[in-house]
Amino acid sequence: MTRIAGGLIDRSRTLTFTFDGQSFQGHPGDTLASALLAADVRLMGRSFKYHRPRGVLTSGSEEPNALVEVRTGGRQEPNTRATVQEVFEGLTARSQNRWPSLSFDALGINDRLNSFFAAGFYYKTFMWPAKFWEKLYEPIIRRAAGLGALTREADPDAYDKGFLHADLLVVGAGPAGLMAALTAGRAGLRVILADEDFLLGGRLNAESLAVGEQGSADWARSAAAELAALPTVRLMPRTTVFGVFDHGIYGAVERVSDHLPAPVQGQVRQTLWRIYAPQAIMATGAIERPIAFDNNDRPGVMLAGALRAYANRWAVVPGQRVAVFANNDDGLRTAVDLQAKGVDVVAVIDSREGGALLPGIRHLRGASVVDTSGRLGLTGITVEHRGRRETLAVDALGVSGGWNPNLGLMQQHRARPDWSDEIAAFVPARGPKGLVAVGAAAGVFSTHGALRTGAEAARAAAEALGRQAPYALPKAEDAPYRIAPLWAVKGASRAWVDQQNDVTVKDVKLAHQEAFSDVEHLKRYTTLGMATDQGKTGNLLGAAIMAELTGQSIEATGQTTYRPPFTPVSLGALGGRSKGRDFKPFRLTPSHHWAKSQGAVFVEVGMWLRTQWLPKAGETEWRQSVDREVLATRASVGICDVTTLGKIDVQGTDAAAFLDRVYANNFASLAIGKCRYGLMLREDGMVYDDGTTARLGPNEYVMTTTTANAVLVFRNLEYARQVLWPDLDVQIISTTEAWAQYSVAGPNARKLLQKLVDQDISDAGLPYMGCAEITIGGLRARLFRISFSGELAYEIAVPARYGDGLIRALVAAGEEFGAVVYGTEALGVMRVEKGHVAGNELNGTSTALNMGLGKMVSRKKEAIGVTLSGREALVAEDGLRLVGVKPVNPADAMKAGSHFLKIGAAPTVENDDGWLTSLVYSPHLGHYIALGYLRDGARRMGEKIRVVNLLAGTEIMAEIVSPHFIDPQGERLRG
Amino acid sequence: MRLTCPLCGDRDRREFYYSGSEDTLTRPAPDAGDAAWDDMLYLRTNPAGVTKDLWYHESGCGSWLVVTRNTVTHEILATERVADRKGAPK
Repeated sequence: MTRIAGGLIDRSRTLTFTFDGQSFQGHPGDTLASALLAADVRLMGRSFKYHRPRGVLTSGSEEPNALVEVRTGGRQEPNTRATVQEVFEGLTARSQNRWPSLSFDALGINDRLNSFFAAGFYYKTFMWPAKFWEKLYEPIIRRAAGLGALTREADPDAYDKGFLHADLLVVGAGPAGLMAALTAGRAGLRVILADEDFLLGGRLNAESLAVGEQGSADWARSAAAELAALPTVRLMPRTTVFGVFDHGIYGAVERVSDHLPAPVQGQVRQTLWRIYAPQAIMATGAIERPIAFDNNDRPGVMLAGALRAYANRWAVVPGQRVAVFANNDDGLRTAVDLQAKGVDVVAVIDSREGGALLPGIRHLRGASVVDTSGRLGLTGITVEHRGRRETLAVDALGVSGGWNPNLGLMQQHRARPDWSDEIAAFVPARGPKGLVAVGAAAGVFSTHGALRTGAEAARAAAEALGRQAPYALPKAEDAPYRIAPLWAVKGASRAWVDQQNDVTVKDVKLAHQEAFSDVEHLKRYTTLGMATDQGKTGNLLGAAIMAELTGQSIEATGQTTYRPPFTPVSLGALGGRSKGRDFKPFRLTPSHHWAKSQGAVFVEVGMWLRTQWLPKAGETEWRQSVDREVLATRASVGICDVTTLGKIDVQGTDAAAFLDRVYANNFASLAIGKCRYGLMLREDGMVYDDGTTARLGPNEYVMTTTTANAVLVFRNLEYARQVLWPDLDVQIISTTEAWAQYSVAGPNARKLLQKLVDQDISDAGLPYMGCAEITIGGLRARLFRISFSGELAYEIAVPARYGDGLIRALVAAGEEFGAVVYGTEALGVMRVEKGHVAGNELNGTSTALNMGLGKMVSRKKEAIGVTLSGREALVAEDGLRLVGVKPVNPADAMKAGSHFLKIGAAPTVENDDGWLTSLVYSPHLGHYIALGYLRDGARRMGEKIRVVNLLAGTEIMAEIVSPHFIDPQGERLRG
Repeated sequence: MRLTCPLCGDRDRREFYYSGSEDTLTRPAPDAGDAAWDDMLYLRTNPAGVTKDLWYHESGCGSWLVVTRNTVTHEILATERVADRKGAPK
């Protein structure tokens, strides 16, 4: 164990976990990385392309190397950063991308073959034969260069979505964020303070500094405690604000249970928060960057700030003999802190010339690390100093190439950051409205500067709300941050820029040589900055090397676009509860539970569940049920739930004029107590929707729409009412849910209904297409004599809460007639037998003329779509017309989706004569029948035609007939 | 994205249905000719900058709105009920 004294871990408790099957112990407060380092495990993964041995580079979410699979079964999660995964009792973790084991990886051979795997290698190598790509090359590459794997088992955990509102969102709980939240919270603002870490404090927990009279970590703990007690402050640890969206909306994911073996009963794994905050403070700190030098990727080489964090926060030193390589003052702190903790600091290799030397440490100025050794972990470094090379035996090296303000959120809206020569990094320029950067995220690197800018931003936020927020700052260091940029040390071997994607300095040079010099091209060509870490440590280094090659400034070279998410967000969190049966809600009709009790088979229509057919005992095939339902309805009577059709009340003194403008046919002449079939067009002249509308009173109409279009028609009617004709006195309201409605169809329909209805519904009392407000045993109801099936039929509507009672009453009353309840399949069969159009014919590219309903379009008035329905091409004499189709040989089964071809015509697009739209088996006729659109169809009655389906390889000889297969004169309807 | 409905106040974008350019507000007369109809139905400008489009507060008050916004900065500059527009028929 390499634990030293101190740290923010709870040594009173021990947690046991496994890594690659081996058992280890850690403490609460440990991450997987800190616990493994404490157990002298430096090797944690293999690199993406070359399978190089890798350890941790960082101590945070920017980690490119230490990616592991954690948990098992449905909870198995690949590519988890060991640097952020909290250790819990029983945690199982496995290394990735190695075979057969982490220390002996067969594909380590790739490292020897590195010259074949340079940037863009797959664009050049796997060019031909093209068909090899999908079957051969891609699977091999994917297996060799993969990250972790999924078990493909279902995730057993629940994920939530939530909404939060605040006056001020503070992102990041380091010194700047804590001070901002304290200032705003003390002033009574509604504050949310979110941090990706489980412990609030940011770098305060990783340093050995003082704030006020306390150590920096103690001050952070006190500040967090005070914030927790403030009534208007919500602390959100383990919460990553991953995206900035328009108008003060922030996306955040809270890892509610990622630190537990499994969520506590009733808790979710993660919650996706949508946070609304007119003002936000980005206190996201800075991310340290490496320096490129030969073999800078060995386990044991890490960022200097991370090395310091492991020592100060986790009481771990990942080595016995430590060196530091830095180009700035902050890196020197690592040497000072480690030496103070009794660690053997072999040397500080400082690339800068001149300046003061650290006391008591071998501090080499004007020096650099030029190479390293150690196959599975660092054993030594080669240092060049004043032209002399020297090899030092060390097992840990802290590297600091400087710190980059963490711009992630600020630049997501494509604002370009400014370059600061002073810190040799990009600093945020103007961000989205309401978002300001403070502290290290703004390039202010001292603790005092962080506290001050945090407090100032909070005060400004309060003032914007008309509130005062005074503050007093605790004393803190305000040391200068001095840096002399050094990006890459000249070398003969390979120096890594992006460790996650195995991008080296050579690859950047190759990209430049091949003219992929723009940073966006550089990214795509070399994969620099891709994958889970999105180049948080390597991007600027890559841009700086490219800048040296092109001779442009780094500022002009720029950076690739920042996009959400800041760190990976699980699909589970994004999906929330919308999965499986809960993906979308189902709407149930009032008769649903009755139908279910009868064994109904349901089908989704829009969001509704409708009865598709209702099998009787002994029926094993759906056709048996459907044929029975059709035959019984035509022979006696059938009942069908039609509640799902859209219903819209249209009222007002101009209601008739309004209907006249939204329907293509005439409605002004509709008498009170009558229904009429209406055809609605789109403005471009195509048929949009159809349905019957009934006139209940002088200024009162009830419109019905198709089930699928109910919402859309209502929206369009509101548009017509508010936008097109606001001068009309008309009001509309959707009443689809208010009424349960049943169709009662068949020769005995009237007899059945008369048993229930209080009023006279004889043909004289309620003639065909009549409607009436009636009562059923005193209960108010509506009765419409309309028919979709072609039979004597009614639709009866009662307030929705009586729907269940009515279906039972109808079935009971129908018993003496042998009444059946039929579903959407039988409904479809009967409408095709009758030649009524439905969804298949109303396909958005068909006109009324195509449907044989051209005469309905009135030219005597202005209505939506009428003008353009008269366009030349749409009124061509020989255009598509709705026809009926029956097989010449009744035993032949036509195929849905077939096209029509003349006898002898080759199956070409030019010869295509139209297509079959709806196909059903008619039990009434004893063979298949179909509707279709046929070129010049109205004049081709009786013609023999080929019904061809090239996909199914079928060709049936058929005859073109009238679409009215039964009762063409409509005698049944009027019976 | 947030929109301020003149009746309901500051609301989330998901309460609204987007219906494209305000060009469709000017419906040609039946005899206006093919060009005018073509213009209204099919031709849209796609400005980088200020644009006006129609939104329907479907999960709110049901108002059709004209929203003035900037396609570059995503700023919402104004929201107005179609029925309240200057010169709108009353």
